[in-house]
Amino acid sequence: MRSAGFWSVVAAALLGGLAFAALTNNAYYFTAAYAILQALIMAIAWNILGGFTGYVNFGSAGFFAVGAYCTVALHKFLPSIGIDPPLFVFVFASAIVCGLIGLAAGYLTLRLKGVYFAIATLALAIVFETLIKNWSYVGGAKGTPILTPDPPQFLWGYIAFSSYVKYLFVVMLLLSLTAIVISRYIVNSKIGRGLAAVRDDELAAECMGVPTLRLKLISATVMGALMGMAGAPYVFMVSFIDPASAFSLEIAVNSIAMPMIGGTAYWYGPVVGALLLGTAQQFISVTISSELNVLLVGVVLVAFVILAPRGLVGLVNDLRAKAKRHG
Amino acid sequence: MAERILSVKALTKRFGGFVALNAVDLQLGEGERLGLIGPNGSGKTTMINCISGALFCDQGTITFKGTDITRLPAHRRTRRGIVRSFQIPRPFRSMTILQNLLIPMEYAVTRGGRGSDPETEARDILDVVGFRGRANDNSGRLTQVDMRKLELARALAARPQLLISDEAMAGLSSSEVDEILGILLKLNERGVAVIMIEHIMRAVFRFSERVVVLDAGRKIAEGTPAQIVKDPEVERAYLGV
Repeated sequence: MRSAGFWSVVAAALLGGLAFAALTNNAYYFTAAYAILQALIMAIAWNILGGFTGYVNFGSAGFFAVGAYCTVALHKFLPSIGIDPPLFVFVFASAIVCGLIGLAAGYLTLRLKGVYFAIATLALAIVFETLIKNWSYVGGAKGTPILTPDPPQFLWGYIAFSSYVKYLFVVMLLLSLTAIVISRYIVNSKIGRGLAAVRDDELAAECMGVPTLRLKLISATVMGALMGMAGAPYVFMVSFIDPASAFSLEIAVNSIAMPMIGGTAYWYGPVVGALLLGTAQQFISVTISSELNVLLVGVVLVAFVILAPRGLVGLVNDLRAKAKRHG
Repeated sequence: MAERILSVKALTKRFGGFVALNAVDLQLGEGERLGLIGPNGSGKTTMINCISGALFCDQGTITFKGTDITRLPAHRRTRRGIVRSFQIPRPFRSMTILQNLLIPMEYAVTRGGRGSDPETEARDILDVVGFRGRANDNSGRLTQVDMRKLELARALAARPQLLISDEAMAGLSSSEVDEILGILLKLNERGVAVIMIEHIMRAVFRFSERVVVLDAGRKIAEGTPAQIVKDPEVERAYLGV
C-alpha cells in the first residue's frame, strides 16, 4: 500500500472511530470493539517477532499480562505517594517495562531455535505467572479489584466522555493505529528487510553482514513493548484482574491465531486476521455461545495452517498471481 | 607471495572429543587463488566456518589485513571483506533474486558518501553471473545451478576482498562447472582473493595458483597444483594405499 493511501486509511479509521464514539452510547459496542482492538494490537505485536522474524513463540501473551500487572502495581503505588496519573502514563510505563523485559528475555532465549525457542518462551510465561501469583502487593493468586475511574474530561470540559468504556475504546483505537504504524514502518525499513533475511535463513543472513542478534533483540523489545501497551488499559476494562485470567490460554492463542490466519509476512496480515476473527468471535459469542468462539479459533487456525500457510493475504496474492498468468 | 591478506595461525577446533582441526596454518596473499582440498571429513568446511565466523575456533588466531578477527562475529567479518558462499545453497527464499542481493548491499557494504545506486550495482552483478532479466524471479524456485549462481552473486554483492567458495560446483555438469569457474576467474581478475573448496579436481587444479590439502584436521601438503598431484602423502590420503 502506498504511503498516501495508507495514511488516508489511518485517518479514516481514526475519524470513523471518533464519530462512532460521539454518536453511539450503547456500552456493548464499545466493549466488543475494545476486545477486537486489544486482539489486534496483540496480533501485531506477536507478528513482529513471530512473523517478521520467524521466531514463533507461545510466550508473547505473557507480556500482555505483565503489562497489565505493571499498571496494577503503579495504580496502587503512585496514589500512595500522592500522584494520580492519567491513563497514558500507565500505558507508557507498561510499554517501557515490557520492552525491557522483552529485551532481557530475548537475550536469554533468542539463541535457541525453532521448537526449543517456543518451549523456552512458554516456560518464561509460566515464570512470570508464578512470580505474579506470589506477589501479594498486586493481589497474588486471588487477584485484585480495580475501581473504574470516572470518565475523564479534556480541554476544560469541551471533550467529555459519557462513560469510561467509551474513553477506553478511543484510547485503544489510538494505540491500535500506533501499533499498525510501527509495524508497517518496521517491515518496510532496513530493519524489516534484515528481519526477513533472518527468518529465511539466519546463518546466511549473518554471513551477509546482517547483525542477526541485534535485530532479533530489537524485534523482541518492540514485541514486548506493544504487548505491554495492550495490557495497561485492560486493567481498567475488566475492573478485576487475577493471574488466571490475565495469563489465560485463550488470549495467548488468539494472538498467535490472528496473524497466522491473516498472513505473517505482511504488516496488514495480523490486521486482517484480527479484524475478521475478532469480529466473528464477538458475533458468535453473542448470537450462539461464548464457548463456541474458542472452538472457532481452533478450527480456523488448523484449517489455515494446513490449507493456506501464508494466511489470507498470501492466499489472495497467490490467486492474483495465478489469475495474471492465465489472464 | 603478494602482500598477505589472511593469516591463520595454529587454528584448532574440537567438537566434543573429536578434533576437527588440529593446529592448521594458512596464509593467503592479496588477489591469490587458493584451492583447499581433502577427503570428506578432513575439516575443510570447519576451516572456512572458522575463517568466516560461523564458528569460533578453540585455539589459534585469524588475522585479516593486519587486524586480529579471531573473536569477531560473522557479520562484522563480512563487512571487513571476508565473504563466503555455502555448500548447500541458502537463498533468502521469500525474496526475489534481486532482493537477495540487496541484503548484503544494505548491510555489508559501507557506502562512504554517495556510492553507486545499489540496485544498479546489483543488476551489474546479475549480468556477470548470467542472470540478466531474471532479477524478479522467486529465489525459492531456482534450479540447482541457478541457486549456486545466486550464492555467488549474493556473495559478490557484499563486495568481498576474500571470497570463500564452498563446493560451488558439486553435482553440476561439466559445462556448468566451466560456467561457475568462469565467474570466479572473472572476479579474481578484479583483485579478489579466492579460497576454493572443491572435490572436482579438474576445476581446482585449473583454478588454483596454490593448493592446500587437509586430512583428518591436519594440513598434509601445500604447493602448486603440479606439486600436489605428485605428492605421495596426498595420494595416500585420497586412495588409502
